Amino acid sequence: MQSGGFPWLTLLILLPLAGAAALFFVKETSVRMVALGVSVADLLLSLPLWWLFDGASSRMQFAEDVTWITSPPIHYHLGLDGISLPLVLMTTVLMPLCVAISWRSIETRVSSFMAMLLIMEGAMIGVFAALDFVLFYVFWEAMLIPMYLLIGVWGGPNRLYAAIKFFLYTLAGSILLLVAILALYFQGGHTFDIVQLSQQAYAPRLQFWLFLAFFAAFAVKVPMFPFHTWLPDAHVEAPTAGSVILASVLLKMGTYGFLRFSLPMLPDASKDFAPMIVVLSIIAIVYGAYMALAQADLKKLIAYSSVSHMGFVTLGLFMFNQQGIEGAVMQMVNHGITTGGLFLCVGVIYERTHSRQIADNVGLTKPMPQYATLLVIFSLSSLGLPGTNSFVGEFLVLAGTFLWSKIAAALASLGIILAAAYMLWMVQRVAFGVPSPHHLPKLTDLNRREMATLVPLVVLVFWIGLFPNPILSRMHASVTNVIARATHGPQESPTSTGQISPVVEPVPAAQTVQSTEAARP
Amino acid sequence: MMLSAHDLFAILPELLVIFAACAVLVLDPITPSSRKDGLAWLSLGTMAVCMGLTAARFGSPTTAFGGLVVIDNYSCFWKLLLYFVTGLTILLSFSYLKEERICLGEYYGFILLALSGMMVMVSGADLLTIYLGTELMSLSLYVMAGLKRAEAKSLEASAKYFVLGAFSSGILLYGISLLYGSAGSTQLPAIATAIAGRSLDDPLLLFATILIAVGFSFKLAVVPFHMWTPDVYQGAPTSVTAFMAVASKAASFGAFMRVFVEGLGGVRANWSLLFLLLCIGTLILGNIVALVQTNVKRMLAYSSIAHAGYALIGVVAAGRLAPAEASAAVSSVMLYIALYAFMTFGAFTIIAMLRKGGLEGDEIEDFSGLAKRHPFAALLMLVFMVSLAGIPPTAGFIGKFYVFMSAVQAGLTWLAVLALVFAAISAYFYLRLVMVMYMREPEAVSALSPRFVSTPALSIVLACAIAGVVFFGLYPDPIVNLATQAALSLK
Repeated sequence: MQSGGFPWLTLLILLPLAGAAALFFVKETSVRMVALGVSVADLLLSLPLWWLFDGASSRMQFAEDVTWITSPPIHYHLGLDGISLPLVLMTTVLMPLCVAISWRSIETRVSSFMAMLLIMEGAMIGVFAALDFVLFYVFWEAMLIPMYLLIGVWGGPNRLYAAIKFFLYTLAGSILLLVAILALYFQGGHTFDIVQLSQQAYAPRLQFWLFLAFFAAFAVKVPMFPFHTWLPDAHVEAPTAGSVILASVLLKMGTYGFLRFSLPMLPDASKDFAPMIVVLSIIAIVYGAYMALAQADLKKLIAYSSVSHMGFVTLGLFMFNQQGIEGAVMQMVNHGITTGGLFLCVGVIYERTHSRQIADNVGLTKPMPQYATLLVIFSLSSLGLPGTNSFVGEFLVLAGTFLWSKIAAALASLGIILAAAYMLWMVQRVAFGVPSPHHLPKLTDLNRREMATLVPLVVLVFWIGLFPNPILSRMHASVTNVIARATHGPQESPTSTGQISPVVEPVPAAQTVQSTEAARP
Repeated sequence: MMLSAHDLFAILPELLVIFAACAVLVLDPITPSSRKDGLAWLSLGTMAVCMGLTAARFGSPTTAFGGLVVIDNYSCFWKLLLYFVTGLTILLSFSYLKEERICLGEYYGFILLALSGMMVMVSGADLLTIYLGTELMSLSLYVMAGLKRAEAKSLEASAKYFVLGAFSSGILLYGISLLYGSAGSTQLPAIATAIAGRSLDDPLLLFATILIAVGFSFKLAVVPFHMWTPDVYQGAPTSVTAFMAVASKAASFGAFMRVFVEGLGGVRANWSLLFLLLCIGTLILGNIVALVQTNVKRMLAYSSIAHAGYALIGVVAAGRLAPAEASAAVSSVMLYIALYAFMTFGAFTIIAMLRKGGLEGDEIEDFSGLAKRHPFAALLMLVFMVSLAGIPPTAGFIGKFYVFMSAVQAGLTWLAVLALVFAAISAYFYLRLVMVMYMREPEAVSALSPRFVSTPALSIVLACAIAGVVFFGLYPDPIVNLATQAALSLK
């Protein structure tokens, strides 16, 4: 866990932050280009990680470890494993698209808007890469203010309500996390290091309380069933780019938290609470889908479909088997791509008709054939059609659930059926209905910018749908590691002096350049 | 007792400040009003010199006047903070006084006198020395609160502050006399020795502890002794409000912790319970009542009450932890107050800069659409508010982090949870100001619409405040180490 090698992750985080600062000194006319350039540069910088990553190892790779605060020992410790790598890449892929979709739709205070987007990007990557609990918390909370401003300043008519609701909900959830982090510090050998904290056994009673505290933070963010009410409001009022970030990345931070902290650190409590999580997940799946059926607003429909889809993720996580967890991680990435695509589609049509109501956007196939095609593709992906990305994730989750409980699997499958119903019904009206002559003159098909925004996601939909293996093989070792922790307890129980056992694995003989460098003292 | 050169040298900074205060008062009548700025420069220069003297003293503790005064790292830490805040106050007053047309040279004299009182407070190792410092500080502040002589609110503030302040001083003095009766000394080390092993139920000692605690609670504006705070903060000139909210609070905490941790450490179980109750009340009332304020100065007054509550968490923890571990809790309080100084001072500076006609624009409505008219000022206010709410990566978060950490260490996890719940509630009123600045349209421009005063001096103040909030939010190590080191000298 020594730092060394090229500081990939620091650069990935700093580049957008520096870009955000630079935007204040850029002329108003070129702000968009600079923001796009920065986000594309960040994407290009992140791409090599995909190939440099060693999928055979569950070690944290590209690690950087610098002391940040000496007392108590808080480190600037970053690293990626097979779980966080796809999420970081998903973030960097989506950000240029968010900048591009805001090109024309954001006209006031453009530089501040773009700065907020870039700050969000830096903080989101930080959340996925942080290996120190306090550092994680700092990134996690630092995102609240820019998101609050994105919704509150550039949002829809009811934005003030939605913004403060989003803010207070997530803040209220995460304060308990801070106390839990501090309690872990005093109980876990006086360290904030996530890897070290995951190596230790905690008393069942402590685990119980810590799990509840973690749950409060992560369940609000996911959002799980009873805590989801902020999501539809925030989505409806947020500008398109805000919705995309919210749905595609922010929600994943909740499930990522469960996977990174709850399962490995609190295995006993996780097992005890698993039935509760499973029940809440199934309720979310069915209830979200059911609510989606009833929505007349496109964004609200997708928001509720998110609640349903995220239910699959939490369901898969608490199956404690390879299929379930790998399916959940796949589903996290897929939901980011597909829902991101759907929100982008809504943004495109909103720019033309200034309405998100299904009734106002009927029959788009004739005037906008290209748009309708892409919308249909994303919709089919969202309902989990084989050959698209979501199928892989949902299939794995259901397979994992089936091993655990056949009834749970059957109930969860209801969500897929309902998803087909609400998605196809939406497509039927929006794509194939009879258009109202009132809107027709405004309906021009996708321009090149919009095409360039949507096509990359379509490519990913099919690429992951047909060849999921590259992602699966990269997360395999890391997921196995989590399961080993979550099912067998610690590999080495801590000694009575509270000393911390070393990092999980001995270094295998075959290593990529990064891993060897990372292991070098 | 002979007055020795050693003693005088030890209190050289105090002597310098008092000398400068006298010089300002004497020079004021003979200085033409066009050159009154010189008095401010004189005060500012004194701050710089004192800062150098005290910084040089850091690390080489000494006592003077037979133990009445102790110059250790602990007092040096507070003094450095006090010089810094006083320096900022002088810079802020520079333009603020002109805007308010308070052209009184004695203003700077009173600031320096108040400062010297604060310095005596944090250096005092004897209850009477501390009392002396408290009175010197308070008397100067009473006058300063009423300096806007044309405004009834300012006079009301002054009168209210004086009556309640005098009352609380009386209580403090009564407590000191009872403690003298019980312990036979007013010197803190002697008291500590005398009460060691004393029963917690000793009635005289208990009564003395409570009275001294109440006396300090008035100065710290802890619920239920906070009643004066909102009116005084709102009525006083904003520069004075900022000075009171930060410097007087810092000095009071400095003296308060020395008295209780060092002098009354033997009955820590008693006072930690007492402060636990006060702390809970303060957190609840400060944060809840701030929710409904429409005046920013009043809102910040309640916010400062609430922040005293957060700092008190550390004091409670210090009382709960074993003496060897207590210094971490003490340092968390010092850190909290030091970091709180930056953000609160910054927020008050922005308020002082916002003018509406000839008056201050201190209603929340006056901030409407500030982001459109003055994006940079709005951004700074945003950062100060976020920091006051304790959201990372700002200094406010670091302060809360350490205080909560000592609470969890002392086994007060539930108190940390409670405090964090109220921190989340407080985020609502801090963000409401952000909302007004960023999400409301500015009012139509008229002669009375709020405008912004910007001078080099004010820019320096804001630059210092924002640098502190951001730098210590991202890299708190230097100030954490300083506080940790300083807290060690409190035994």
